[in-house]
Amino acid sequence: MASAVIQFLNGLASASTLFLVAVGLSLIFGVTRIVNFAHGSLYMLGIYLAYSFITKLDAGAPGFFGGVIAAAIAVGVVGAMIEIVILRRVYQAPELFQLLATFALALVIKDVALWSWGAEDLLGPRAPGLRGAVEILGLPFPQYDLFLIAAGPVVLGALWLLLNRTRWGTLMRAATQDREMVGALGVNQKWLFTAVFALGALLAGFGGALQIPREPAQLFLDLTAISDAFVVVVVGGMGSIPGAFLAALLIGEIKAVCIAIGTVTAFGIELSFSKLTLVVEFIVMAIVLVLRPQGLLGKPWALQRVAPAQMEPPLRPASRAGTTATIIAIAALAALPLLTRGYTLVLAIDILVFALFAASLHFIMGPGGMVSFGHAAYLGLGAYGAGLLLKTAGWTMEAALAAAPVVAAFGAALFGWFCVRLSGVYLAMLTLAFAQIAWSIVYQWDAFTGGSNGIVGVWPAPWAASRAVFYLLTFAACVAGIGLLRRMLFAPFGYALRACRDSPLRCDAIGIDVRRMQWVAFIVAGAFAGLAGGLFAFSKGSISPDSTMSVSRSIDGLVMVLLGGVQTLAGPVVGAAAFTWLQDTIARNTDYWRALLGIAILVIVLAFPQGIVGGLRNWLGPKEVRA
Amino acid sequence: MSAVLAVERLAKSFGGVHAVREVSFRVAAGELLAMIGPNGAGKTTCFNMLNGQLAPDAGSVQLEGREIVGLAPRVVWRRGVGRTFQITATFPSMTVRENVQMGLLSQHRRLAGWWRSAARLYRGEADRLLERVGMAEQADRACSVLAYGDLKRVELAVALTNEPKLLLMDEPTAGMAPKERIALMALAAAIARERRIAVLFTEHDMDVVFAHADRIIVLDRGRLIAAGEPGEVRANPEVQRVYLGSRSLH
Repeated sequence: MASAVIQFLNGLASASTLFLVAVGLSLIFGVTRIVNFAHGSLYMLGIYLAYSFITKLDAGAPGFFGGVIAAAIAVGVVGAMIEIVILRRVYQAPELFQLLATFALALVIKDVALWSWGAEDLLGPRAPGLRGAVEILGLPFPQYDLFLIAAGPVVLGALWLLLNRTRWGTLMRAATQDREMVGALGVNQKWLFTAVFALGALLAGFGGALQIPREPAQLFLDLTAISDAFVVVVVGGMGSIPGAFLAALLIGEIKAVCIAIGTVTAFGIELSFSKLTLVVEFIVMAIVLVLRPQGLLGKPWALQRVAPAQMEPPLRPASRAGTTATIIAIAALAALPLLTRGYTLVLAIDILVFALFAASLHFIMGPGGMVSFGHAAYLGLGAYGAGLLLKTAGWTMEAALAAAPVVAAFGAALFGWFCVRLSGVYLAMLTLAFAQIAWSIVYQWDAFTGGSNGIVGVWPAPWAASRAVFYLLTFAACVAGIGLLRRMLFAPFGYALRACRDSPLRCDAIGIDVRRMQWVAFIVAGAFAGLAGGLFAFSKGSISPDSTMSVSRSIDGLVMVLLGGVQTLAGPVVGAAAFTWLQDTIARNTDYWRALLGIAILVIVLAFPQGIVGGLRNWLGPKEVRA
Repeated sequence: MSAVLAVERLAKSFGGVHAVREVSFRVAAGELLAMIGPNGAGKTTCFNMLNGQLAPDAGSVQLEGREIVGLAPRVVWRRGVGRTFQITATFPSMTVRENVQMGLLSQHRRLAGWWRSAARLYRGEADRLLERVGMAEQADRACSVLAYGDLKRVELAVALTNEPKLLLMDEPTAGMAPKERIALMALAAAIARERRIAVLFTEHDMDVVFAHADRIIVLDRGRLIAAGEPGEVRANPEVQRVYLGSRSLH
């Protein structure tokens, strides 16, 4: 009984933390409609800044809490600067570009933290006056956690007062419902947006700073914080602050219950609930999204007026020049082993594999209009499918490679069935949830998948063992795969897919089954990502959950597609090549490759809102005059 | 004349609001039936129940004697019902011809094709439909750059791709200039008569209604209050009361 109470209180403490991280994200999204990927980075910045301020001040309780507040304010100022310098320029860009811009910011902030504080974990001081533990039903419970439990509701209350009892709050709530109308009524949206972003950033920084006595400042906190925050915001309903609180409470308590249950043996099967904590929030999110797509307290989407400029031009077959360029590029790639057998060939294999991966993601993202944040799940399923069939089942390389897309397609069929029932950001979040679930299964199932160590010794058959031959094999498979995806886009299936994206209403009225089309597209994209995964496994010789199906791998794919331009067919291939090459070149020359990559992405986003290829085409190509 | 569409005692409530109460009517092949009524009369609700977007609480909708109530819109389409929307629903990333080709590909169940180029399939048929609605010259333009009146014509061509027995047009001339309205409705009427299509349309513009409808039904607060030829409906005191308040026109 006593331990159950303690677990319950633990759940409340973690709920408070979750709420503080998530609420700013929800606020920012509600008003600006920007999904701020850098929110976790702001949280991380809060912890680091609090560490510096507190250790510098070193003056007991005033120093500690002064440091926490100073850190929160500093992060708020950083947020305001980010909004003014960068985000203001992308409000009119497509949703995905905003996401890409904030993702680039996350990269830059990570390297700023690395540069300022180094790679070592920094453990901060404990809060003066709250160092001890109180006894609750005979068991000790940290005083600081009691303080945290109170912090969540206090912030919720303060926000409620701000939003419901001040003029500024009224404007903000109005902007959440209809920002165009608020603008039409003469409110200066510019500063409203800046203020909201600063407030959201301040809350993230505050949430981070408060964690300093509980966990060390670490560089990976940005990713864990952002995925936690996303989950809470999506479960609660995007833009709903009470929803975020409710969701944080729900997830915090469910995690506590899982830890409390521990390992249970039922019917001879050992079930470890405590291991479930890694994914339980994603499972909750998946269930909520399927049953109540707008989140617990969210409202269905408000009307958004889409600028016609974002409309995609009709599909045209490649021009003569384009075809010639493609043929020359393919011929040059085929001849590459004659020129070099060195590292360039290794890099070229990577580029080809990721070009196929990006092309498969583009297939559902561009023509399908379904943004996946978890496409690496299928890369990983293909890689693990091939690796396990080779090592455990003793299949040949050829058979294992052929099976890789099939394994991934089955996974995509299962996950996709749920995903196509949603759209937009919610769909993206569900794909992320499934990818996390797949990742954690692979990560924890030591006996079968090798757990975090992965599988080693996934080498090609003897005939393909030489670098040049394996390169040619990869080349053939990737060119065929990308060619087939492209062919499908020009076939009725590709047209139907675009039709589903353009107007589900019209599709319904002419007999096109939108969900089924999207589901099939999801499976096709999964299969090709699986093929890329199989090739990846054999090219590296070893695979691990992190190298194949981590969130960051999914995001690599997204960046490749967006970098190249989501509205063009050559885009993903160019994007994959640019990204892989840049990453490789920069990473070999500096510790701060992420920041450089981030800055490069920001420049591209601000200069070419339609991606590299889209930008070039707009610049060079013919233009149709609007009627 | 046998009815293509037979609606019997159709009803729908939202909470305590009776949006449509026991509405019955029929449309014959080649006939243009206008459904009119003030805002909130239940026209759109009624419409959405006919093509499967909304499930009625009670009543039956028969297409050539077969029940279609409860079927999904895409199944209703396969039975031979074409539809245009108040705010046009087309595929903006495609050309005018491709929009029509999508309807034809669906009609011929060729959507799953993944190898042959779609642009070459049913091109001639699509062009013939575009010719009929006067959009042949603009076949290669993107739908996203068309004038609104032209979009309406494209939608009409798309709605004809399954050789419909029944055409449902929700506010076909909304948002158009007066001259264009008459022209579009004249086109729709001519096509309906030559192809023996039953047409049900809602409309706010009474010039359009009285110029083209063969018969008119009038809804008010969910009830069918009048039905008949334009002359009869015009003279109906109940209709005058609904539209003009209690005073009579005469």
